[in-house]
Amino acid sequence: MSLDQLYQQIILDHSKQRHGSGLAETDAPDGTSTGQSHQLNPVCGDEVTLRLAVSEGTVQQISWDGAGCSISMASASVLSELGEGMSVEELHSVIDNFREVLRSRGKVQADPEILGDAAAFEGVARYAARVKCAMISWVAAEDALNQATA
Amino acid sequence: MTAVSTPASLQRSMHAMDNAEVLRIRNDFPVLDQLVNGKPLIYLDSGATSQNPLSVIEAEQEYYEQRNAAVHRGAHHLAVEATEVFEDARQTVADFIGAQYEETVWTSNATEGLNLISYALSNAALWAAQGRGGSALKDLAIGPGDEIVVTEMEHHANLIPWQELAFRTGATLKYIPIEDDGTLRLDAAADIVGDRTKLLAFSHASNVLGTINPVAELVAIARRVGALVVLDACQSVPHMAVDVKELDIDFAVFSGHKMLAPTGVGVLYGKQELLDVLPPFLTGGSMITTVTMERAEYLPAPQRFEAGTQRISQAVALATAVNYLTETGIDRIHAWEATLGQRLVKGLEAIDGIRVVGPASGTERIGLAAFDVAGVHAHDVGQFLDDRGIAVRVGHHCAQPLHRRLGLTATTRASTYLYNTTDDVDAFLDAVSGVRAYFQA
Repeated sequence: MSLDQLYQQIILDHSKQRHGSGLAETDAPDGTSTGQSHQLNPVCGDEVTLRLAVSEGTVQQISWDGAGCSISMASASVLSELGEGMSVEELHSVIDNFREVLRSRGKVQADPEILGDAAAFEGVARYAARVKCAMISWVAAEDALNQATA
Repeated sequence: MTAVSTPASLQRSMHAMDNAEVLRIRNDFPVLDQLVNGKPLIYLDSGATSQNPLSVIEAEQEYYEQRNAAVHRGAHHLAVEATEVFEDARQTVADFIGAQYEETVWTSNATEGLNLISYALSNAALWAAQGRGGSALKDLAIGPGDEIVVTEMEHHANLIPWQELAFRTGATLKYIPIEDDGTLRLDAAADIVGDRTKLLAFSHASNVLGTINPVAELVAIARRVGALVVLDACQSVPHMAVDVKELDIDFAVFSGHKMLAPTGVGVLYGKQELLDVLPPFLTGGSMITTVTMERAEYLPAPQRFEAGTQRISQAVALATAVNYLTETGIDRIHAWEATLGQRLVKGLEAIDGIRVVGPASGTERIGLAAFDVAGVHAHDVGQFLDDRGIAVRVGHHCAQPLHRRLGLTATTRASTYLYNTTDDVDAFLDAVSGVRAYFQA
């Protein structure tokens, strides 16, 4: 397992060009119900606040603010890009799939058909200390999704 | 005339440490002899936890193989032997810091030592309120309107116990701010420590900044108003000569695992007249004289603060670690690490986009350096270094308020010990110089 497999170019790109970043700059679309979740990793101080807007069973918008390592920031960016436009059920199942891959210690391969760009985080699964970094925004999204659809 | 040969230990003490000696020292540390990600391990995280020489590992094993028994009870052979080595270990550690045997209390670690003081002091307020413990306790009792003072650079272990003591007693917590260069604002300290101040707690050396705080000046400020002084000596006792009597502090704490000993053992030093009147923190077996169904009388220190079966093998191992440091020479270790600390800072300052926190090169610091890399999070820096076999600490190093003051959420820290060479530092610097390019920052 080389460092380059962990830090794939797509991850480095997303860590700099962050899709969905900036809560204050974006308003939730009219007629959507929203959920917002703040997650913190006390070990390293990574922090994400994520808002998710849903209408008629579809995720309309995922916006977030965060501070943290490249893995955590890129993961939030990829999630935001990937999740928008999905149905609520679809996003739930993608989150479940992402979690399964990340927690598998490298045993479960990522399927790009399901995870899209998020498949690039497959390498993180082999670095136990970094799994939380990749998961933090996905945990926030799950929480926000439950709130928005409650 | 007969030629008198000089013992090897004395011969060694005449010379400054060098890489050749460090490489011999390194042979005593089995864990350092391994490959990490295919590269020789370079361990630069001793500020978090240090490694153990074989003699320390063997001391613990030997205790279990030959002497294991409950101390201070039982008349049998093993119990007597265990008690002897346990109490000899206490004397060895007491001597190392210039304390009396009775003033040296075993704890699990420095954090427990600080909590012990914090709870003993709030118990003092409870006892005094009910007329228990005599007049000496009245002076120690902290209450509403009183003040506890810490500094802005404290490790959470020397901050939170005081926040909670303030909460329990109704006292107010204040802090001495730092300058941008990581030194304490002594002018402010003299104003902040006032007539209401009952206690001043500060670290001897900062685990993030590397600053060595002026103990004598701070003690003088505290003495002016009759405040107690608590010294967090976690980053000093393992690395430099510390004499608690010379420093004239009231309490000091440190952890064994940061000074070549196993985890699970630490030390609280307290002036005997204070320890003997303070109420205990933990109560139970081994710390009492007479017990009835209604109440108990307590032993004087150190047993007063050592309820329950103690960490005997770890204490024995800590004494062995102290002997290792003493035989190498703690002043020589301090001088060597000061060299490594300067080399670290000077090297880091020369790399584009690196901001070292704490004193600049050329200014006194202990053998560690924490820094920020522009555009790269500390967690990523640590991962990059680990790939090259280099172990460092990343994060807030249990000092969130300090990082907030510095305008950072996390830093990367390299910390040295007596088993690090200048080549370790140079390899680390070489790796750091490649970080920003790798992450395209």
